[in-house]
Amino acid sequence: MKIVCRCQDITEEEVIAAIRQGATTIDEIKRLVRAGMGPCQGRTCRRLVAQIISRELKKPVGEIYPPTFRPPNRPVPFKLIMAEYGEQLEAEKKAAEKAAEKAAKKAVTKKSAAKGGKKA
Amino acid sequence: MKTSFDAIIIGGGILGVSTAYELAKAGMKNICVIERRYLASGSTGRCGGGFRQQWSTEANTRLAIRSVRRLEHIEEELGYKTEFFQGGYLILSHSAEETAQFEKNVAMQRRLGLDVKIVDRADAKKINPYLDVNQIECATWCPTDGHISPFLLTQAYANAARRLGAEIHLWTNVTGLMKKSNVFFVMTDKGITYETPILFNCAGSFSRTIGQMLNVEIPVDPYRHEILVTEPVEKLWNPMIIDFGIGLYARQEHSGGVVMGMGDPNEPVGTFVGSSMHFMFEMSRRFTLLFPKLGNLRIVRQWAGLYEMTADAQPVLGPVDEVENFYQANGFSGHGLMLAPAVSELLAEQVLKGKPSLPIDDLHVRRFRGKKEFHREKSVV
Repeated sequence: MKIVCRCQDITEEEVIAAIRQGATTIDEIKRLVRAGMGPCQGRTCRRLVAQIISRELKKPVGEIYPPTFRPPNRPVPFKLIMAEYGEQLEAEKKAAEKAAEKAAKKAVTKKSAAKGGKKA
Repeated sequence: MKTSFDAIIIGGGILGVSTAYELAKAGMKNICVIERRYLASGSTGRCGGGFRQQWSTEANTRLAIRSVRRLEHIEEELGYKTEFFQGGYLILSHSAEETAQFEKNVAMQRRLGLDVKIVDRADAKKINPYLDVNQIECATWCPTDGHISPFLLTQAYANAARRLGAEIHLWTNVTGLMKKSNVFFVMTDKGITYETPILFNCAGSFSRTIGQMLNVEIPVDPYRHEILVTEPVEKLWNPMIIDFGIGLYARQEHSGGVVMGMGDPNEPVGTFVGSSMHFMFEMSRRFTLLFPKLGNLRIVRQWAGLYEMTADAQPVLGPVDEVENFYQANGFSGHGLMLAPAVSELLAEQVLKGKPSLPIDDLHVRRFRGKKEFHREKSVV
């Protein structure tokens, strides 16, 4: 028994069984047996799976349809993302407040200007 | 290679393969599914995987109840493990307005025979201990809703259809359609032209394009919906949580990862399925707002898929007036997986017997012709 995907404990036999069901791409194997769905997102098993497909279907590795690479690059906690997003939201809020203040001031000066005009 | 079939289905998503299976099961021979890439490579393979019966329109609720009854026995019927799990659906309300709508929905759903009820904060806390119930007013709870693996269900249907003699041609893109004296000619990028008297359009986000090839207007527009999954952790909760107010759904899958997605009203029409940083930020904000204790959970992957939206967020189903024997099963507006078991069965009945056992006339594409205002399904994230 050879382990192919360490995150999800997927063996070579399971990958071969998925190929026998008609899978020809790394993404299909991932969806059927979960190889590459763990915390490392296929960093270890992607190439191994490609090699097994290549061997079973007698196709060069270069011709195997590549999987999609998606963010994040490594596991990131919500808190960390929120820390960054919180700053951004805060900055946006301040900018909006400033803009509102400016607009209010403008409105006041316009009003007084209009009043002054009447008086004259 | 055989190129002449009794029925051809365009699209190898859940609708395509389940329709192929139902037709074959009802005794039809010579069925072919044509798929652009591989099985479930479109919307099906990117979806959240939930199935629910809590809808705001009667048509959707009826279909969904029937679908879940089918799903309860689908593993035995198809002989394949699908990670089917009835963990329930908890739908959260934030305002008196929303609660009033939910009360209406629950009354209608109960009239149709569904076991569903409104629960208060304390009960919601029991159902999901991680939820910050101070955020909500109440929730609706249906214990027979749940979730399933979209890939495994698609594969299960595909394997069963193949056993019954159906063919599935992958990596074949339909480039043109023509109808001449009751025969459809399906042209593909492989250079092969298929022939069939009956054609199904299960092309999901590309249904409009397929319709245009026969000069039939199918009003289905694709919108990107993003989704992410966390690292696997021990069991947190059973149900799918939906929040229309904040715009979020979250479920813990069989292997332990929490899958969550959200709706973005600013998303433009298009078939782009790339990832965005905005989604990562916004999803984190919404999730930690509802589940403040889970801030240390780590995200491992984000991806995106397409909702094939119609103007009333209900599917386009059945024949069309313009072209005879051209059947539609598309425009599911993000809910194809959960409706497919019922819809495919009804469609097979419509084609082979002329009359489905549950009327689907309300979902005929003619409802969109020359109309601008629709009674829209409200329960959509």
